[in-house]
Amino acid sequence: MSKESPKKNTSILFISKEKEPLFSKKNRKLLSDPLDDNNPITVQVLGICSALAITVQLEPAVVMTMSVIFVMACSNVIISLLRNLIPNRIRIIVFLVVISSLVALVDEVLRAYAYDVSKQLSIFIGLIVTNCIVMGRLEAFALGNGVWKSFLDGVGNAFGYGFMLIAVAFFRELLGSGKLFDIQVIPQFIYDEFGYLNNGFMLLSPMALITLGLIIWAQRARNRKLIEKN
Amino acid sequence: MDLINLFVKSIFIENMVFAYFLGMCSYLAISKTLKNGIGMGLAVTFVLTVTVPINFLLYEYILKPGALSWAGTQFAQLDLNFLSLIMFIAVIASMVQLVEMIMEKFSPSLYGSLGIFLPLIAVNCAILGGSLFIKIKDITNITEAGVYGFGSGVGWFLAIVAIAAIREKISYSNVPAPLRGLGITFIITGLMAIGFMSFMGIKL
Repeated sequence: MSKESPKKNTSILFISKEKEPLFSKKNRKLLSDPLDDNNPITVQVLGICSALAITVQLEPAVVMTMSVIFVMACSNVIISLLRNLIPNRIRIIVFLVVISSLVALVDEVLRAYAYDVSKQLSIFIGLIVTNCIVMGRLEAFALGNGVWKSFLDGVGNAFGYGFMLIAVAFFRELLGSGKLFDIQVIPQFIYDEFGYLNNGFMLLSPMALITLGLIIWAQRARNRKLIEKN
Repeated sequence: MDLINLFVKSIFIENMVFAYFLGMCSYLAISKTLKNGIGMGLAVTFVLTVTVPINFLLYEYILKPGALSWAGTQFAQLDLNFLSLIMFIAVIASMVQLVEMIMEKFSPSLYGSLGIFLPLIAVNCAILGGSLFIKIKDITNITEAGVYGFGSGVGWFLAIVAIAAIREKISYSNVPAPLRGLGITFIITGLMAIGFMSFMGIKL
């Protein structure tokens, strides 16, 4: 018995340990799902606050996206590593401590290297702490899955979030001030010859809500399985 | 007079939902029925009124650059500003827990109606936003902080009650299918925000 069993065991071990490749179909789905079918903003309704407030121009939107990608990837990995150690009762506080230390890090780095943008984002970098997208993914995914999958899920969701953010900012900056990344894209002669005017209304906060509403409309008209019953 | 001015300003002109988009997630998620909307609004108002003054004291006497000078001259140069996020969120999370326990003990009926919303509040960005705005708006004493917290809470309460009532009515109308639910709520909120912009520039 003692002679045969190791051989058997190794073969079982070998089969069960046969790893799925790093970018298997399932893992790729984790990355691509949040971009459309399971978008954090338009479908899961997470992380709306910051999505609206900082979309007047593209530049802060891009910086915000990068910060969220960093925070989500790191916090998902950390919580996934700790998932068997965290007592269930105090998990929210553990989440908050991990997230807020990461966010404090991002805040300090931005203040040191990109002061203007950090001034523009004001309290909204700090508010990543309570951005429900981070907390929501930790609770729903990282607490029950392995490190690599959690990392992919974090990055995927952060990209889905950033995608919406950049889409809203694109329309608002283009229609509101005729610029993209602060560079004039609508040529001057259109203003002069055709009497085109920038729609200053797009720069005001209510239009962020309406723009996002219209984007949701377009997305659901194309992808009809997302339509709510009601 | 200044206090009344601050109060009205924080309710209408700088409304948490319509001007800063804070607390949008719970605003959208819990506004399906009026009853839940009122419960959530009350809970947010209550927690804001409690946490903003506490965080103000924390910021003023511990975190602000040079705030520790009361403890001795050797601490006068210290700047603990980078700790403010962690401190604020710790205060909020523990206050929410405390409020929950006190409420359960002394008013079980209120706890029954608000209970499920309280844990959600720890991650409501309106609460943390209220505390972070202490640094930006020049709030100079604890009375102002209290009035600011209460006013912001009332503003949030008004917003969620209004949208919940509208959503209850709108379920009877024929909205285009892809716009149902989330989409139309966004657009209505946008229109309400345009309405609230008419308060801009009012001074008492």
